[in-house]
Amino acid sequence: MTSKPTNGGEALVRSLELEGVDVMFGLPGGAILPVYDPIIDSSIRHVLVRHEQGAGHMAQGYAHATGRPGVAMVTSGPAATNIVTPLLDAYMDSVPMVCITGQVPYGAIGTDAFQEADTTGITMAATKHNYLVSEAQDIPRIIHEAFHIATTGRPGPVLVDIPKDIVDPTNARSAIDWYEATDADMDLPGYHPVKEGDPALIREAVELIRGAERPVLYVGGGILKARAAEALLAFAEMTQIPVVTTLMARGAFPDRHDLCLGMPGMHGNYTAVTAMQESDLLISLGARFDDRVTGKLDGFAPTAKIVHVDIDPAELGKVRQYNVGIQGDCKVVIEGMLEAMGELGGAEAQTDRMAWRSTVSGWQEKFPMTYEQSDPGDKLKPQFCIEQLRDNNPADTIVCSGVGQHQMYASQYWKFDHPYTWINSGGLGTMGFSIPAAIGAKAGMPDSRVWAIDGDGCFQMTAQELVTATVEDIPIKVALLNNSYLGMVRQWQEMFYDERFSEVHLSDRVPDFVKWSEAMGCEAIRVESPEEVAPAIERANEINDRSVVVEFVTDARENVFPMVAAGTTNSEVLVHPSQQDLMS
Amino acid sequence: MNAATPNQQWHTIVTTVENKPGVLARVSGLFSRRNYNIHSLAVAPTDDERFSRITFTVDVEGTPLDQVVKQLNKLINVVDIQELTPADSVERELMLISVRLGDHRQELMEIVDDYQAYVLNEGDDRIMLSWSARPARLDELEERLRPFGIVELQRTGRVALPSLDN
Repeated sequence: MTSKPTNGGEALVRSLELEGVDVMFGLPGGAILPVYDPIIDSSIRHVLVRHEQGAGHMAQGYAHATGRPGVAMVTSGPAATNIVTPLLDAYMDSVPMVCITGQVPYGAIGTDAFQEADTTGITMAATKHNYLVSEAQDIPRIIHEAFHIATTGRPGPVLVDIPKDIVDPTNARSAIDWYEATDADMDLPGYHPVKEGDPALIREAVELIRGAERPVLYVGGGILKARAAEALLAFAEMTQIPVVTTLMARGAFPDRHDLCLGMPGMHGNYTAVTAMQESDLLISLGARFDDRVTGKLDGFAPTAKIVHVDIDPAELGKVRQYNVGIQGDCKVVIEGMLEAMGELGGAEAQTDRMAWRSTVSGWQEKFPMTYEQSDPGDKLKPQFCIEQLRDNNPADTIVCSGVGQHQMYASQYWKFDHPYTWINSGGLGTMGFSIPAAIGAKAGMPDSRVWAIDGDGCFQMTAQELVTATVEDIPIKVALLNNSYLGMVRQWQEMFYDERFSEVHLSDRVPDFVKWSEAMGCEAIRVESPEEVAPAIERANEINDRSVVVEFVTDARENVFPMVAAGTTNSEVLVHPSQQDLMS
Repeated sequence: MNAATPNQQWHTIVTTVENKPGVLARVSGLFSRRNYNIHSLAVAPTDDERFSRITFTVDVEGTPLDQVVKQLNKLINVVDIQELTPADSVERELMLISVRLGDHRQELMEIVDDYQAYVLNEGDDRIMLSWSARPARLDELEERLRPFGIVELQRTGRVALPSLDN
């Protein structure tokens, strides 16, 4: 758009352009119609989705992969309610996102008009903040505020609900006197995010770190949000403290690094879980002591003191009381800690931790990740498929997963050596996340290879977005681990409900995933035996002009280990059955 | 000064919020979704029309006060939060109460004089009073009037300001 905006609709599109938006995801409808007209003349690429939930997850995938806020735009009523799930997903995982929704004309609000929904009311608990815009003149300022709020402090989704009359050029209420909104126009008297950590607390934290005998760096998604991976690497290497990376932080510290212990938590590996449990100091960086990490809280890391760093002060002490709590941006605080370490005599002045390092590596040797290979004629082992995917793709491949067993296998068996290469729904656990998120990631990083790792339950929730991928020419690759079950629920029923399987068997017959994928314009390959796995992946990697779905027919009897059962402590981790004799 | 009687189970939180539509819903919605219980609530604009003040009391036993304050602070429209304990604040609440007169007018008027309450309205067989005081004193008056027969009663929820000598 080059001419000066004269109405709210043009002002909205121009405002998005000025915020640097290059791609947005959406689907038009009645109330948002006037905004879709200036979209034609905009530099912004609009990706037309098949369901509004897809638009939301695409915006999330885009944001995860690029670090820039994802943008989705949909109409009022059912479109707005369809995007509530991605908004809450983004809120739980602190994903910067701006969502524009259409609304019925301002004067019609409250009359139960066609496709009216109380969108700001409905999304109040699913967004960092939301707006119902009443005047066209406010649009440039509010859009600027929305991006500011979404991307600063603890990032999150912001929704802007826009009544039709203020964007419709045929309505006098849409007229505006255009201005380019700047920070000076923002009116946010109650919003003051803090980046700097208190130097006195940073020094106190470093004193604790220097004296700790069994410290662990407990790293969460906040490291990625703060772009702090490099600072973390420097700090870990200087202090030689082992690192666990939570589900939201996979890739924030290289898995292949000597100090990396991998993922902790309910399905974390034995060493990551046990190192935290036996630690005398947990240095929590951008993590929130989620119940999936702590297990039964009373018994979590009972001997550990806590240094807790988070940009959101409400996380400090929310779940676990800290010894030193620092509000601040992880990158800024880690740099401060590095400096303070230097001032206090550097690495040499620390407590000797040879014994701790050797204990930890002893666990690693004793309890590696393991599974049993399939017998001839049996269905594929899902772990084997992930290993083959890992070994036949470059390390900077972006991996997006859905939610369930396949998500855990992907996190456990992939080696994440680069930040921003792992995208998943951690906090909310939204099935169906992977395909739209992968499309969003690919739209934002067109030169990267993007694999969605999905299950058959998840696939059936959002697969229609592969039509979007085809039509919009955003080719992704999908590894579909098809075990015909809602696998994680099946696992719980097997382990905790006496193998009484209730409503978890999907179907061995339908859908035909190959035919379905082909119908959506994808190349599709079904793989049933181990020797076909690597060649199928290779073939998928050679196809770049359309999306590829590789269906791996996997063994439903396979369960995710290790596992900390609900209600038990992390000291009661269940290792793989083949390792149970080794537990002393 | 009007030193508050020890009433330690309640904490008063005074928030200054932007005077915009929906802000009360954001604040009260936060309480319900974080499973905190509001005991009383009072809302009105301040001397600066851009801002309103929401005063609420919460049960300290059942509510992690520190978390309430931190979560409230995350609301974009919340500008300022003060925590007031009974010891360092002055609290007031207003009560309107209609009571049956019966044959007890004389007795009732003695209580009215005693408490310096106002008679707002008088009907054939009932009388409407207004009184503002510390919440505990309102409880006391309410109990004294109860035997006469309370017809209707409305209390405002408490408001508070920090004591000046602190």
